[in-house]
Amino acid sequence: MNGKNMRTPLGRARGLGSAKDGVHHWWMQRLTAVALVPLCLWFAASLVSVAGADHAATVAWIGSPLVAILLILLVVAGFYHAALGLRVVIEDYVGSEAVKQVALVLVQFACIALGVATVFSILKLAL
Amino acid sequence: MATFTLPRNSRITAGTSHAAAAEARQPRRFRIYRYDPDSGENPRLDSYEIDLDDCGPMVLDALIKIKNEVDSGLTFRRSCREGICGSCSMNIDGTNTLACLKPIDEIRGDVRIYPLPHMEVIKDLVTDLTAAYAQLASVEPWLKTSTPPPAGEERRQSIEERERLDGLWECVLCFSCSTACPSYWWSGDRYLGPAVLLQAYRWIADSRDESTGERLDALEDPFRLYRCHTIMNCTKTCPKGLNPARAIAEIKKLMVARR
Repeated sequence: MNGKNMRTPLGRARGLGSAKDGVHHWWMQRLTAVALVPLCLWFAASLVSVAGADHAATVAWIGSPLVAILLILLVVAGFYHAALGLRVVIEDYVGSEAVKQVALVLVQFACIALGVATVFSILKLAL
Repeated sequence: MATFTLPRNSRITAGTSHAAAAEARQPRRFRIYRYDPDSGENPRLDSYEIDLDDCGPMVLDALIKIKNEVDSGLTFRRSCREGICGSCSMNIDGTNTLACLKPIDEIRGDVRIYPLPHMEVIKDLVTDLTAAYAQLASVEPWLKTSTPPPAGEERRQSIEERERLDGLWECVLCFSCSTACPSYWWSGDRYLGPAVLLQAYRWIADSRDESTGERLDALEDPFRLYRCHTIMNCTKTCPKGLNPARAIAEIKKLMVARR
């Protein structure tokens, strides 16, 4: 127990109060998880079907509108889900407040940057 | 937050042994965590052999026998010895439970008894639950209404409305569940933990209460509520067979329902 902390236990338990936030994060994590189930199954099955195809055939496959749209949905849902989940992991396991905030910002930036780069790559092949 | 390096006083040394009397017909060894923070010494594991032929059936019976007959210094909380007061919660055979409800014959090998995990130890099996009690007070676990009670009678509730409190009111606040929860270990300063969230839901689920929205407001927080990742250690360990994980899930459903 911190000897300098003279706040009452109730004062400490109430702390800064409720952030009035969290339900959006929780709901989005579940929605993206539900969306990723069919998208991942489709993606796995598709990879099997294009396995062994040459470069031109694979580019043509990615370029077809339905495939490109499904790939973009997979990437957006996947990176959004990853950003939400990694935030929780960092909040749970990183002790130092400074390191935690820096890690949170870097992970969010990385998820957005990788997501945009992947969507751009798909569009470049499709359009 | 998770701590991967443990403080010096987490290392437990070997303690003293107390052998059973020669005439004991059914000797059984109890290995019990002993720690006095004021002594400056590390915790130790003392072992006591008890004749089960001359002892009640529950772990608490053996602890009382040890304290009465072998080692009066052994310190633990107890009161009702029948699972109603919630005092004798401790870690027995690797699981948080109430010593008074845990039959000795359910345990194979030596009976290993430790205090509730990840809490400050006051002495031996007594942990500091001050913060947990304050968290309970922070959810204001009492009926909150604006409507005055009907003159001369109680606040009415249908049979179905009353049944919604079953599985909630039975909690005896032993904190076995909260201290079995890694999220409570890492973030117990901000996460309320399963015991307090079950209590919060007990008042949210009460048809007579008129403060449901304010209660949900106070819980809607990434740490207070949403540190629960549904691993269900709470439900697995509850010595009363309650389901705190379900209560937390119901709160999360209400959070979505009111959006």
